[in-house]
Amino acid sequence: MAIVNYLHSGGLTAPAVAADWPGGYWWHWLFYAVAIIVALLIMVMGAIYIERRGLGRMQSRLGPNRVGPFGLLQPVADAIKILLKENIVPSTADRIVHFMAPIVAFTPVILILAVVPVMNGAALADLNIGILYVVAVSSIGSVGVFMAGWGSGSKFSLLGAMRNVAAVVSYEIPMVLSIIGVVLFTGSLATSQIIARQNIPFILMQPLGFLLFFAAACAEINRSPFDLMEADQEIVAGYMTEYSGMRFAMFYLVEYAEAIAMSAVITTLFLGGWRGPWLPPWLWFLVKTFAVFFFMVWTRTTLPRVRIDQLMAFAWKFLFPLGLINLFITAIQVLVWPDSLPWILIIINFAVMGALILIWSKFFRLGWGRVQV
Amino acid sequence: MTTTQEITLPTEPFVLNIGPVHPSTHGVYRMRCTMDGEVVRDIEPVFGYLHRGLEKLAEERTWTGTIPLTDRLDYLAAMSNNFAYCLAVEKLAGIKVPERAEYIRVIIAEIQRVAIHFIIVGSFLSDCGAMLTPMVYALRERERILDFFDMVCGQRLTYNYMRIGGVSQDIPAQFLPALEKLVKKLKRFIDEFDVLLKQNEILLARSKGVGILSKEQAINCGISGPVARASGVNWDLRKNDPYSIYERFDFSIPLGETGDCYDRYRVRIEETRQSLRIIEQAMQQIPAGKIIADVPHLIRPPAGDVYAHIESPKGELGFYLVSDNSIAPYRWHVRPPSLINLAALRDMVRGWKVADLIAIFGSIDITMGEVDR
Repeated sequence: MAIVNYLHSGGLTAPAVAADWPGGYWWHWLFYAVAIIVALLIMVMGAIYIERRGLGRMQSRLGPNRVGPFGLLQPVADAIKILLKENIVPSTADRIVHFMAPIVAFTPVILILAVVPVMNGAALADLNIGILYVVAVSSIGSVGVFMAGWGSGSKFSLLGAMRNVAAVVSYEIPMVLSIIGVVLFTGSLATSQIIARQNIPFILMQPLGFLLFFAAACAEINRSPFDLMEADQEIVAGYMTEYSGMRFAMFYLVEYAEAIAMSAVITTLFLGGWRGPWLPPWLWFLVKTFAVFFFMVWTRTTLPRVRIDQLMAFAWKFLFPLGLINLFITAIQVLVWPDSLPWILIIINFAVMGALILIWSKFFRLGWGRVQV
Repeated sequence: MTTTQEITLPTEPFVLNIGPVHPSTHGVYRMRCTMDGEVVRDIEPVFGYLHRGLEKLAEERTWTGTIPLTDRLDYLAAMSNNFAYCLAVEKLAGIKVPERAEYIRVIIAEIQRVAIHFIIVGSFLSDCGAMLTPMVYALRERERILDFFDMVCGQRLTYNYMRIGGVSQDIPAQFLPALEKLVKKLKRFIDEFDVLLKQNEILLARSKGVGILSKEQAINCGISGPVARASGVNWDLRKNDPYSIYERFDFSIPLGETGDCYDRYRVRIEETRQSLRIIEQAMQQIPAGKIIADVPHLIRPPAGDVYAHIESPKGELGFYLVSDNSIAPYRWHVRPPSLINLAALRDMVRGWKVADLIAIFGSIDITMGEVDR
């Protein structure tokens, strides 16, 4: 347990969430509930701006630059435009389900952020099962997506929804496996504890785990190259084909809010959360979150999209075995590694990651042309 | 399938309309797909949404006056269409084209081939879901080529440049030096583009072995152009039935082996390289002199019929013309490569998934203006 002792030392004690707010716990709740929603909306606008300008830069074009300085008000203009659009419900739709779907899809995203600390102790709830809660809640969103697909009464929507459910169910498993690697080091599921014990960011201790989690997160939140739930070249817009106006805006919001939330979770798990020198903690948190998000934008411009069977094969034949191996290696390291040499452990872990990915990609191809169902 | 019967829920196929208004049908093509979940069981192509009656319109116009109509056939390769039509009329009327005009025509037709292959490669990748990045890169280079068309005739899409017996105006003095620079730039660009894409694992997974068109089937369906050559059919009219002055140039015909989407992509990339070789040779050999033969304004070709064909970027583009010695064609018929290359689509996509359907369709490369006329 020696390496774990190293991580647990360092003098950083994670305080429980302050309950001594003036007026008691309810004020704390109210403040954070409002703060999370407002901050999320603002971050989504930032994310949309980064995505569109980033895409523009990478595709040798300008991106939106007309509204406000450097096009900064483009998300506002988009929002106003979309609010003024007519809300169309197709005649074949199940009206109630069609109406409920964006709400059901949006709620879990806010719930994820409830346990992500942006500063020392600054989170809505410091659950002792924090990261398990994140995994549980984040998959609820797919219910909303499936409701949208089913309630629209359109075949494109249904295909998109089926793809989404299949992807979410498959990618939960490598996601959880890579989280367990982190949890073995921290000995706690609470997000505050996970951050407190990252004297070394876990992206260094768990490089393979980070990549697995990133891939699984991308699939879970429909980011490219796993964005086939809304593959516009194939099934128009997937589950949101039949949505317009504010309901479409909700799904658009969900898409970016999920990306932000997952970036925040990755920041918490692997990048040390709010910890960092010089800058104030909340700024570190923002910088890291948007850095992860920028990485997602980067993959989106670079990679083509996989097919549905390849998506499944990738989860079960590539990520899942690697996740198990990573878990096994991490467990051994936690048991036997002395706490004096953490940096050598990092080098070893990177070497293991490279070797494993190389070997596995020799055995595993994304099924070149073979139809696998 | 093993001997044990798989226990599955009973499913029934459903009909999915892809098109006529769909993001990736390259115009207004429509496929009525009978789907079994994600798998395409059968498709029924429906076209005619862009029918403009060009063949009938042409009968009302003079022989020269129909050249603008050919621009509207394959609007991405208008120069090739001009070329094919003018060749047909010249063959019918026995007009000898001046040397300089022949060279200008070949140079223009070959840059046109490069331009359209860029579009097709880019849009094929975007059909594979590559978020427009390759598409935008390719279109950026195509813009440079369009500048040259602008230079010779003042138009960027529908050129109306070639005339019966030559071309409408001489190339300006700065054309050839600028073209020399462009060819160098394009060579670098093609290398860069190719390096970025040919080893991309997801692209390989999406295109290798997908939508195989066998050599026999390609011949039986009358398929021509890069699609046939990707299947290993060594048939290029520039070599097999040399028209204009193509015997004078040294170039090779790239051939594919398996006839899958990846081969079609590779063949197109190689063809752009060969086209640049032809342009380089033509630029060195081009003589001074007249650019148009002495042709009366109102041509009256002798009564009779003629068929002339060229290797357009998409395949064999033929014109069948009947003259009754009047100032207008009696019959004006086009053999469009886009339409005939679609003949094998149904056999190519059956059994593949909907994502592959889009990729295969994109790799065949059609322009609806030519399919429907």
